[in-house]
Amino acid sequence: MEHPIQTDYLRWIVLLPLLGAGWNGLLGAQLQKRVGKWLVSLFACAPVVFSFLLSLAAFFGLLALKPEERFLTDRVYAWLSLGSLHVDVAFWVDPLSAVMILVVTGIGGLIHIYSIGYMHEDRSYWRYFAFLNLFTFAMLLLVTADNLLLMFIGWEGVGLCSYALIGFWYQDHVNTRAGNKAFIVNRVGDFGFILGIFLIFWSLDQQGHGTVAFREIATFASLLQGQEIWGIGVVTLATLFLFLGATGKSAQIPLYVWLPDAMQGPTPVSALIHAATMVTAGVYMIARLNFLFSMAPVTLEVVASVGVATALLAATIALTQTDIKRVLAYSTISQLGYMFLAAGVAAYGAAIFHLMTHAFFKACLFLGSGSVIHAMGGEQDMRKMGGLSRSLPWTFWTFTIAVLAIAGTPLTAGFFSKDEILWQAFSSPHGSSWLWLLGVAGAGMTAFYMFRQLFLVFFGECRADHHVQEHLHESPKVMTLPLVVLAVGSIAAGWIGLPGIFGPNLFAQWLEPVLGAAHEAHGSGAAEGTLMVFSVGVAAFGFYLAYLIYYRRALAPEHFSSLAGGLLYRLSYNKYYIDEIYQFVFIRGTLLLARIGVWIDQYIIDFIVDGSARTTALVSWVNGLFDNYVIDGIVNQLADSTFAAGDKFRKVQTGNINSYLYVILGAVIVAIIVKLRYWS
Amino acid sequence: MTDHVLTYMTFFPLAGMVVVLLLPRERHDLVRWASALFTLPPLLLAVWLYRNFDPVNPGLQFVEKAAWIPAYNINYFVAVDGISISMVLLTALLTFLCIFASWGIDKGVKGYFALFLLLDTGMMGVFVALDFFLFYIFWEVMLLPMYFLIGIWGGPRREYAAIKFFLYTLFGSVLMLLAILALYFSSEPHTFDMTQLIAQSSRYGTTPLHFWPFDHLRWGFQHVVWMALFIGFAIKIPAFPFHTWLPDAHVEAPTAISVILAGILLKMGAYGILRINYPMLPEATADLAYYFLGALGTWNIIYGALCAMAQKDFKKLVAYSSVSHMGYVMLGMASFTPQGISGAVLQMFNHGTITGMLFLLVGVIYDRAHHRDIDGFGGLAAVMPVYTGVSVLAFFASMGLPGLSGFISEVLVLLGAWQKYPLLSALGASGVILTAGYLLWTIQRVYLGATNEKYKAMPEINGRELFTLVPLGIIVIILGVYPNALLDLLRASLDQLNQLVIPHLS
Repeated sequence: MEHPIQTDYLRWIVLLPLLGAGWNGLLGAQLQKRVGKWLVSLFACAPVVFSFLLSLAAFFGLLALKPEERFLTDRVYAWLSLGSLHVDVAFWVDPLSAVMILVVTGIGGLIHIYSIGYMHEDRSYWRYFAFLNLFTFAMLLLVTADNLLLMFIGWEGVGLCSYALIGFWYQDHVNTRAGNKAFIVNRVGDFGFILGIFLIFWSLDQQGHGTVAFREIATFASLLQGQEIWGIGVVTLATLFLFLGATGKSAQIPLYVWLPDAMQGPTPVSALIHAATMVTAGVYMIARLNFLFSMAPVTLEVVASVGVATALLAATIALTQTDIKRVLAYSTISQLGYMFLAAGVAAYGAAIFHLMTHAFFKACLFLGSGSVIHAMGGEQDMRKMGGLSRSLPWTFWTFTIAVLAIAGTPLTAGFFSKDEILWQAFSSPHGSSWLWLLGVAGAGMTAFYMFRQLFLVFFGECRADHHVQEHLHESPKVMTLPLVVLAVGSIAAGWIGLPGIFGPNLFAQWLEPVLGAAHEAHGSGAAEGTLMVFSVGVAAFGFYLAYLIYYRRALAPEHFSSLAGGLLYRLSYNKYYIDEIYQFVFIRGTLLLARIGVWIDQYIIDFIVDGSARTTALVSWVNGLFDNYVIDGIVNQLADSTFAAGDKFRKVQTGNINSYLYVILGAVIVAIIVKLRYWS
Repeated sequence: MTDHVLTYMTFFPLAGMVVVLLLPRERHDLVRWASALFTLPPLLLAVWLYRNFDPVNPGLQFVEKAAWIPAYNINYFVAVDGISISMVLLTALLTFLCIFASWGIDKGVKGYFALFLLLDTGMMGVFVALDFFLFYIFWEVMLLPMYFLIGIWGGPRREYAAIKFFLYTLFGSVLMLLAILALYFSSEPHTFDMTQLIAQSSRYGTTPLHFWPFDHLRWGFQHVVWMALFIGFAIKIPAFPFHTWLPDAHVEAPTAISVILAGILLKMGAYGILRINYPMLPEATADLAYYFLGALGTWNIIYGALCAMAQKDFKKLVAYSSVSHMGYVMLGMASFTPQGISGAVLQMFNHGTITGMLFLLVGVIYDRAHHRDIDGFGGLAAVMPVYTGVSVLAFFASMGLPGLSGFISEVLVLLGAWQKYPLLSALGASGVILTAGYLLWTIQRVYLGATNEKYKAMPEINGRELFTLVPLGIIVIILGVYPNALLDLLRASLDQLNQLVIPHLS
């Protein structure tokens, strides 16, 4: 194995945000009160900006190396060392993690800056930034960890920050409940993740190479071929476990239910954590372990199916939602589904490409919606918006660009990355025309619900009440500037990964040392072009439908919502009642078990314990009775009869000399008679 | 000085008790400070011990041995090794902090602190004694003050709780005494010296006994002794179904006593199994602990978590969380892997610090609100931000959040257990979901939400209370980031211990 280059500054990419978090977490409250919010902002934003600069340095450092030697490591210290388990606290940057740290610190940095404006009024400003920094730290740890266990720290760490920020306004239990839900659902995923780690470690250990470090797993992965546990291939089971972890963090079926509720958090949090970075961790993890997933065709099939199913399910829900952020939340779930679809057909590069472009346009959409909500005084219901393009021009234009991107309009970033995924779904050895067709259907719905949102919010007449309308205002520069940068990215980020028929795919080349060369497509350039035209056509149809219904008002939405007696509409609007079903089965079920446990403790175990104590007490009581009435009874009886005898004999002592003499005389006579009769 | 370090650590508190008894009854502060003064030297010595302990040496260190009752071959024999070092450190730390957590006791102050110091000697003695007779004496010495501390200074149902605790533990002690005598009379020459008893472990027969029910179970003498000891220790852990004394004792005991109970007393059960069952009866351990102990541990994890979820009393919830967390100790011990067994001992330490924090935290609001009803609070975060911050740290440590100490020990236990029993390990890992469930739900009900009108003016946590919590919090973070700080001390001895049993695993 080649010797990696020790690069000491990598640790600071990760640790700087932690320092920011520690500083604001411990001193922020005082600083904010005594000095002002600007100092809190400074200590929060500066570390992320410096991390970004260091990430750029790492990126250029990699670029200077030959492609096959592109990785830097920074081993800090030995963390755990027991038996054959050796885990270091060590960071590494290779082309894949370089993309991730640039996204996390770059987009993360923009969202930090945006938050200065968005959170300005909040009393707990310092707490917000402490957690935002802590999140950045955990996310960077997740993507730069050189082993699975260290990655798991970041994995749960981002979950903690997500929990804390969803429930940021903790005085309202709607928010805290959403936070709890996010954390607990993610724990179900984490359960799978950790079991996957165990299985990989011990299976490799059986071959004499127990390890959790990525590079070593990659080296020895082939040893796992043919090993079985519980009748299933070890690689298949391990990757399925890991994928369960991914469905938690990346909100896929069956664990996606927490993400829509996570919108209770401040909007920049939704942009950073619940759209651009954290939720993509599952995709990153699969790409990181692509060599394992590629060894498990069954798992890949599951990943692709779950991905495409989630993409469709979430898209159908997004069609009818009325909350501006909920639409975006379901759209995020849907787009993540596309990334898993790509990963499931072993097109990991396409998944990461979409991850990156999605980070731009979805962050732009969320921040744009934040700007709208800010202007509307907290209103999130799209039915009360409309015509905002006039009062929020910057927000409107950037939002429009992002909508064009997510809808897959040609030449935007979303077009290139989504097209790549659809093409791979069709042409990869693991792909099929079904996957492609379902993906295209989802893309059509995406175009529909995104333009629906655009028209409802920014076009037509404003439906807000008078008071809100008077206060409509464009957001300050600190908020619009990040929007502009992200909007530019929503276009430009796609051009580094052009489809084969347009030119060289720089992005795929960059990732090649990690993810391997892209599959030989079994179709021609002509086929790719035809499919592309078709999917653009479907998206255009989605746009046109939204245009007719929500812009021209030529078609009434009721026309569609009353289909099949309104059943379809109600299913979609109520999210297929999945939350209610989960609540009934899992929450109620667990609480029932809990009550059974307590019942066993109270009525069985303590019944026996108290019962044996009572039995002992009863026995000693009986014993006492026996003592009192039998043993003491006999003793007392003896005493009593002695007394009684004494009493009786006392009567003999009358004090009358005559009677004494008679008695003595009688006794003597008896004695004489006896003597004469028997002893003679 | 250094030759007698363990003796000093053990008997300083006893000297303190004598001094406290001589102090005037009404000088409460004097009694308190004197108690603090006499628990400080053991803590300082513990730091010294930590720095001078040789992590490479798997054997006994700081050995002290003197003839005591030669007629029966009974010695005063104390020492530490990797099995006990962490417990000695934990005992010294928690007893010192608990003196300060007892500051609020204002009834029978002198008696309380005298008994507390006696308890301290008993506990420290249990962990350092290597003569079985001495071990038993300390074991019983510890029992009595505990009974009175719960029974006199406890809550409304203190008498029920104290008697329940006493009877449960006494039941265990009797079995242990019988086992000790059985081992004594099987050894040749008769001895109570644990190292001798371990060296003679092959003398304790394993051929099945010829009477019911042991012939059915194929149990030999060794198995019967193992089980007698095990039940004695299982009561302390507490393992299902011997756990029901714990919630009652915890709920009724004053705060500091709850901390001691969870932090130290529970560890004695697991410690006893590792110190006595494993090395002295390795074949029975291989037969009986394999699977059975792991399954029992897994059951504890899940059952304790479920029971915790149903609690309305804050302290009872923490008590049941102890039942759950001690399950990891059993599962780890039963794995016979370096990761599992080290994880188990680390979990014993971590549970001491984390649950110690949780009980102290419950005590803080109990002292202010005089109730422990989880639903009776709400929104404390707005009123007591510092207190809430510390609480959240402890809660997440208890949840096994990576980066904090609880994670390291739990993941080591589950990782180690996976090699032998993947199914149990998976079930145990699912307990982590339940733990997150009941702890987050508690955080939500107590700290979050709209502030309860009644507690709008609740005073923030004070300096003394912070003083008891912060050291534990720092340890929780350090051991999460750099677990080798403690694991290094344990590793050698525990690996050696493992090697005694592994050859007998079929």
